[in-house]
Amino acid sequence: MSPDQTLFNVFAAVFAALAVSSGIAVVLKWRLAPGASSAVIDNLNARINAWWWMVGVLAVAFWIGEGGIIVLFGLISFQALREYISLTHTRRGDHRALMWCFFFFLPVQYVLIASHWYGLFSILIPVYAFLLLPISATLGSDAERFLERAAKVQWGLMICVYCISHVPALLTLEIPGFEGRNAQLIIFLVLTVQSSDVFQYVWGKLFGKRKLAPAISPSKTLEGLVGGVLTSTALGAALFWMTPFNAWQAALVALTINIVGFFGGFVLSAIKRDRGVKDWGTLIEGHGGMLDRVDSISFSAPIFFHIVRYWWA
Amino acid sequence: MIEKLFALLLCNFAKLLTGVRPLWQGCAPERRLRVYFANHRSHGDFVVVWAALPPALRRHTRPVAGADYWLKGGFKTWLITRVFNAVLIDRRPQQHGPNPVEQMADALRTNDSLILFPEGTRNLGEDLLPFKSGIYHLAKSMPQVEFVPVWIENLGRVMPKGAMVPVPLLCTLTFGCPLTLQPDETKSEFLDRTRGALLELAPPAN
Repeated sequence: MSPDQTLFNVFAAVFAALAVSSGIAVVLKWRLAPGASSAVIDNLNARINAWWWMVGVLAVAFWIGEGGIIVLFGLISFQALREYISLTHTRRGDHRALMWCFFFFLPVQYVLIASHWYGLFSILIPVYAFLLLPISATLGSDAERFLERAAKVQWGLMICVYCISHVPALLTLEIPGFEGRNAQLIIFLVLTVQSSDVFQYVWGKLFGKRKLAPAISPSKTLEGLVGGVLTSTALGAALFWMTPFNAWQAALVALTINIVGFFGGFVLSAIKRDRGVKDWGTLIEGHGGMLDRVDSISFSAPIFFHIVRYWWA
Repeated sequence: MIEKLFALLLCNFAKLLTGVRPLWQGCAPERRLRVYFANHRSHGDFVVVWAALPPALRRHTRPVAGADYWLKGGFKTWLITRVFNAVLIDRRPQQHGPNPVEQMADALRTNDSLILFPEGTRNLGEDLLPFKSGIYHLAKSMPQVEFVPVWIENLGRVMPKGAMVPVPLLCTLTFGCPLTLQPDETKSEFLDRTRGALLELAPPAN
């Protein structure tokens, strides 16, 4: 199968799965007494509708090609960083540092990925931003809670820009015998990790009993976690044919990124809890903000990138 | 015509830049005679309050602005007088000049609502400065008017005083419960009550 044909088939399958989910959601709504409404079912419908949009946008980006994918993830980073900084407390003296984040480090990171410059995009934010941002913050002449503010800005840039940029960075890897098919690695990563979120939600709603850590995320249950991670690991193993891995390697990689992804959502929940909010934003109906949707991806993308780079590229 | 177009453009730009999201927590966006009073950290403050109102209300809502800052001629003056149709008041009124409270009351009498920043100036620090007494005198001369607190979150960070380039953070506007002057309420009681109502809308400090 040609790379284009593979992508076409995968998206066709995902749209078919969405059609089935929409069908189930319609039946669930219809089985409800007429006139009655259920918050859970309405939320389910909103979530599925949003998935149609998200998969649609992803499909357009893949159809455009490498440029489309890089621009899409650049915009995702932009929105995520916006939501993150909007909820974190910075002071007037941080204005200059924030300008650097939005108007320099974010675009430059993605330009470096577009130019396949691994040596620089892998250290731009951990080294240069890490040292330059606190310097520019000191120029704001405000020492109050300085370490805390510098840490928050650096953290936001790491999660929202550096980590997420490792999704399109998969296109820069040179894997012998896999030329021209790198976009399939993105599909593998996104499908595995996002389906893990979906399966955790479904398992949790159906069988969830034991709360994992109510102080951090009241909706996460042990049953949801185990059921969700195992189901999407099985899905990842079944997708081995579109990756450079064999079946058991695909299962192991999927298990790793699912677990890391789960903890990504967990860590970002802790931040939300600390700030006293439930969601990062309101961009995606039923899901919350952009960062609510990509929290697991942001943690698993760099790990996945380096696993593939170390053993396969 | 060009003023209307420019106003629309500016509103959409403000919405795009700040993703401004109004939360009507204590009241609904209705056409009633109101004074929206908000915290003040940025020149964009009245633009986002204005942009957050539904267009039908926007046409009948005028910001109150300091004449000393805006009436220096040129673009600034055109913007504030023609586009925003602001009520321009002298923040240090002299004996012979127009009375600011009367100017605001006149605008209310013609059935226009107002956007007011009772701190009197942009606040460079955290939370809220003490309110100037104008809001009380206005309530006293127009007791039937509803005073709606509006907490503007984040705009001061988008474009703090002295900054040239805005940072695209998301802003939230929380509209609280309308207040009216009680029959036997004193000046300091009313100022405390309105300031307290506004502070209550602020997110927890950290």
